[in-house]
Amino acid sequence: MSINWVALGVFIAFFLLVTVLGFVAARWRAGDLAQLHEWGLAGRRFGTIITWFLLGGDFYTAYTVIAVPAAVFGTGAAGFFALPYTIIVYPIVFMIMPRLWNVAKRHNYVTPADFVRGRYGSDLLALAVALTGILALMPYIALQLVGIQVVLQAMGLRGIGFMSDAPIVIAFLILAAYTYTSGLRAPAMIALVKDTMIYTFVIVVVIAAPIKLGGYAHIFQVAQAHFAANPASGSVILGPKGYWPFATLALGSALAAFMYPHTITGVLSASTGNVVKRNAALLPAYTFLLGLIALLGYVAIAAGLHPATTSLAVPVLLNALFPSWFAGFAFAAIAIGALVPAAIMSIAAANLWTRNIYKAYLRPDVSEAGEASMAKIASLIVKLGALAFVIGIPTQYAINLQLLGGIWIIQTFPAIAFGLYRRWFHHLALLWGWLAGMGIGTWMSFTQGVKPTFPLGGVTAYIGVESLIVNLIVAVVLTLLFDAMHLPRHRDETVDTEYEIEPEIVRPTTTLGTSQPV
Amino acid sequence: MKTAWYWLLLLPFVALLFPGLYARTSPQLFGFPFFYWYQFAWVILSALITGLVYVRTREP
Repeated sequence: MSINWVALGVFIAFFLLVTVLGFVAARWRAGDLAQLHEWGLAGRRFGTIITWFLLGGDFYTAYTVIAVPAAVFGTGAAGFFALPYTIIVYPIVFMIMPRLWNVAKRHNYVTPADFVRGRYGSDLLALAVALTGILALMPYIALQLVGIQVVLQAMGLRGIGFMSDAPIVIAFLILAAYTYTSGLRAPAMIALVKDTMIYTFVIVVVIAAPIKLGGYAHIFQVAQAHFAANPASGSVILGPKGYWPFATLALGSALAAFMYPHTITGVLSASTGNVVKRNAALLPAYTFLLGLIALLGYVAIAAGLHPATTSLAVPVLLNALFPSWFAGFAFAAIAIGALVPAAIMSIAAANLWTRNIYKAYLRPDVSEAGEASMAKIASLIVKLGALAFVIGIPTQYAINLQLLGGIWIIQTFPAIAFGLYRRWFHHLALLWGWLAGMGIGTWMSFTQGVKPTFPLGGVTAYIGVESLIVNLIVAVVLTLLFDAMHLPRHRDETVDTEYEIEPEIVRPTTTLGTSQPV
Repeated sequence: MKTAWYWLLLLPFVALLFPGLYARTSPQLFGFPFFYWYQFAWVILSALITGLVYVRTREP
């Protein structure tokens, strides 16, 4: 394939625009960037609209834009579990995330592991949560870079020899530089541009493509005929065998989604808990968009396309049906869509490293400025690791590891989500449950050749859910046992009202000098 | 009781986690098989439900 210069020109223009924005962002709602909560959470100041853009850009990643239609292209209805997943995730967010925001604001928690340490008083449990977070984030960042690679490929950009990775290295260097200087403000500002671009490109495509291809009824018919000819690959209407995987993938992914450190980072950067609640009602707009993007898998089938890999389905579709300048715009939207989550993920991983490993174990006496500068350096190292991953290791490994990352991160759900309501679990029981879930989940996946589902008692279901059940059983049984044995618990530095009442409406009483909700 | 409103948040789970309820072709809408437009409809419904719960449980 030769280079599509028009598409590439448009692509580079938009890429330069967001690069400038990334650096300018440092001065936006200026704060002292030598403090971790200013660099890593943008000072917890984002209102409803910015948070909507930031969380939207953070959660619906570029990889999603590529992978979801690719799954629909390859397997049909099974790939649509992404829709129930991103619908039911918001009632969950509504119930737990404002509580996390409230208590995090009160105690200046920056990471989920900070909260776990405060709630259970256990350094070891916090370390487990932090390590799981970093482990799950690394391949996720790598996949964002894979997303950029896919669109570069679609524009015919393939260097020769050692230069073949030059474009991705350049994109990475730009990303690294403005994340370092601007922190979370950079992806937040870029998200405004990126989301506007993605909404524009998707709306144009879902209106224009069916007009060219004879309407949605026809598109569904072609897809139906396509899968009828290859019934082993999938179907347009989900078959009974697919019910359990579909439902458990949706549920498990929804439980895991806001246990990821980068989505929690997005939540904690909001200015109030109510901002988070409002966003639980407003973010489904992105889910609707995701559903439309998923349909592009069928559009690609109806257009009679045969991409080299399923992940090229959408890029090839854009090249086939649209003028070069529009394809370039759409590719830029996808690539910039990779930069936003990649930046937030590297910030989240850097926050975890700095707060829960460096400060907790290596330099307990580190100053606030020391914390922030350590996090900046860590964000560079994390991205460097992801880049080495993408260049040095086959893409399939990154995809497999990201899949395992979902199974791993869900194991922190008991400690974080239940912990936000009650401190019923014993911290050591949570730790054993986590270990059991991690071990069994990883083993199950490997026995299936690193696949997301495992047949258990006649039911093939998502390993994330199956291993979480094991985790919970272990945690419940051991909690009862440890409490019966009177194994000591540590101090809980939080109190119940701190979860429910926003710090703003708490005023200190004059006589006792303690905080009382009013 | 204000907290009773929270139970509404279970509706999307019931509606979507049993795909046997909606894995059908008909009735179609604008050329979309039921399986697809039902899910799109629930994107909007669940957003409205969450919004309603927010408004009803909000502290004054």
